[in-house]
Amino acid sequence: MATDSIGNVELTDSTPTDATAFLIEPPRKRTKTTSGRRSRTNFEMLAWLFMRLSGIVLVFLVLGHLIIQLVLDGGVSKISFAFVAGRWASPFWQVWDLLMLWLAMLHGANGMRTVINDYAERPNTRFWLKVLLVAATVFTVFLGTLVIFTFDPNIS
Amino acid sequence: MPAGTLYRGREGMWSWVAHRVTGVLIFFFLFAHVLDTALVRVSPQAYNSVIATYKTPLVNLMEYGLTAAILFHALNGLRVIAVDFWAKGPKYQRQMLWTVVTVWVLLMAGAFYPVLQETLQWLFS
Repeated sequence: MATDSIGNVELTDSTPTDATAFLIEPPRKRTKTTSGRRSRTNFEMLAWLFMRLSGIVLVFLVLGHLIIQLVLDGGVSKISFAFVAGRWASPFWQVWDLLMLWLAMLHGANGMRTVINDYAERPNTRFWLKVLLVAATVFTVFLGTLVIFTFDPNIS
Repeated sequence: MPAGTLYRGREGMWSWVAHRVTGVLIFFFLFAHVLDTALVRVSPQAYNSVIATYKTPLVNLMEYGLTAAILFHALNGLRVIAVDFWAKGPKYQRQMLWTVVTVWVLLMAGAFYPVLQETLQWLFS
């Protein structure tokens, strides 16, 4: 019988001699690898709630975006610089795209954080993957926001 | 169920796997999509030349795949919300998954021509 690094217990055919060896730790138990103090803000609960609230808003924003970009007026064939210029001439679509950018990037980044937490086992790997994730997210949100606000339809 | 695993199988686990896989795919696409759209700040020519590569049959097919991933993630996400917030959600999670799959199939059938028209016209012109 063996326990791997994330605590999954592998059972073997031999009769256990030590009954406690089968014990699987409760999911939220504080161990020496988790911080002993309780944080004042419940970040994980807020992240969980954010995924659901942003998810509902994104269903409308993204499906609307897909219908406009991929379905109406000839699908992708109509997309060009002129088409983008026409849409961003309206503050309504600027706000739509800005909101979609921020919510989708934060929703996606939090999802990727969960995936990293689940599969990257070595502390160093987890740390650097999250550094990369935060860097990519901040860069993308910043670049996208800049493009929406500084778009110039007369650029040569 | 094999001993010593947290994976439970059946609809609950596989919808979770599909939600995770589609989520990661959409995140990587979103990253690339913001970068390609940022080309409108470079020049109309730069943007249009990249968009032209999106109008090829292969990328067009990938767009249909992206539509499939987004639609599943959206519909299953609403199911996850129902499981979490609706008192009878956990009881009906399996029926809700098959509802999600049915609506997904119908929407994908409806999106077939509009999304793939570029490729279909190239194939049958």
